[in-house]
Amino acid sequence: MIFTSSTVPVAEFERVTGWQSKPEGLCRGERCVPFRSADPATVELAAAADALAMPLVHDAAHGLWALGAEAGGRALRSAVAPELQLPDFRGGSFRLSSLRGRKVLLVAWASW
Amino acid sequence: MWQELRTELRPRGLEIVTVALDARGTETAGPWIEKAAPEHPSLIDEAHLVDALFGIVNVPSGVWIDEEGMVVRPPEPAHPRRPAYLDRAVPPDASPAQREGIELVKALHVEAERYVAALRDWVSRGSGSRYALSPDEVVRRSRPRPVEEATAAAHFALGQTLQARGEPAAAIEHFREAHRSQPTNWTYRRDAWSLAGADREVVYGTSWIEEVKREGVENYYPRLEL
Repeated sequence: MIFTSSTVPVAEFERVTGWQSKPEGLCRGERCVPFRSADPATVELAAAADALAMPLVHDAAHGLWALGAEAGGRALRSAVAPELQLPDFRGGSFRLSSLRGRKVLLVAWASW
Repeated sequence: MWQELRTELRPRGLEIVTVALDARGTETAGPWIEKAAPEHPSLIDEAHLVDALFGIVNVPSGVWIDEEGMVVRPPEPAHPRRPAYLDRAVPPDASPAQREGIELVKALHVEAERYVAALRDWVSRGSGSRYALSPDEVVRRSRPRPVEEATAAAHFALGQTLQARGEPAAAIEHFREAHRSQPTNWTYRRDAWSLAGADREVVYGTSWIEEVKREGVENYYPRLEL
């Protein structure tokens, strides 16, 4: 989850992380963590990283910020499948939640 | 590779979604996908997002998700069939290093038949399948995520971004940091190594053989807990 600024527009933060900014805080599915931004139009990455327990790594030489995975506990916080949005190999957009109502086998592979 | 199972199980309610963990994206994964001519969604994950989201650390890994969007089996080794490398003979003229590599690969633990049988059972019986785990068990079996390992995802994403920007030297620094933060993640290691090409062992000061031996060949693909 890469950013080119330490403070980013809410829409960009939501698109990149999958976390939505709501009155009750930052929410993903039914889970919300308390969060309040001084400017409602933007998200300060360091503050969001603290709230979400995601390490924030800054590469000053290249002007990049990266949020890591959620820390603490287990990789799956609950059995609710996290939303996964990725391009398919033809460049189309795909959301895992589009397959609700069907069983899904998600397989990770690689060419290397 | 998965198309055959997809053809069999799609009419019974299963969809297969493949995710290619290739930092170079379609440039490297595309030809394989074109050749397999899949009818199922075939996704590209350049930054290895599924590692951060699901706790995947090696390939091939499978995650089962039911009709309601609940994970019923967290990431585990997922082989659709017995890989050819398990039956490869060591050529008589192989160097000691080649021989060691071939023998190490043959010692990897692969349980394709058991995995596919369990998958078919779940597709038939749904939540009544003994292989569909409870929510608590799914969480318990997913990998622990200490802060150090959570940081690896950020470094890998930075490395991938810098590589794509044409800054391989800067990328390598972040890939090294990802490997240091989460040494058990093979997708971070092997994708970075592949980007380094023939120089990989010089650049990263290690090799697949060395690392598999250090982590234990039995841990590369852990035994299925079915």
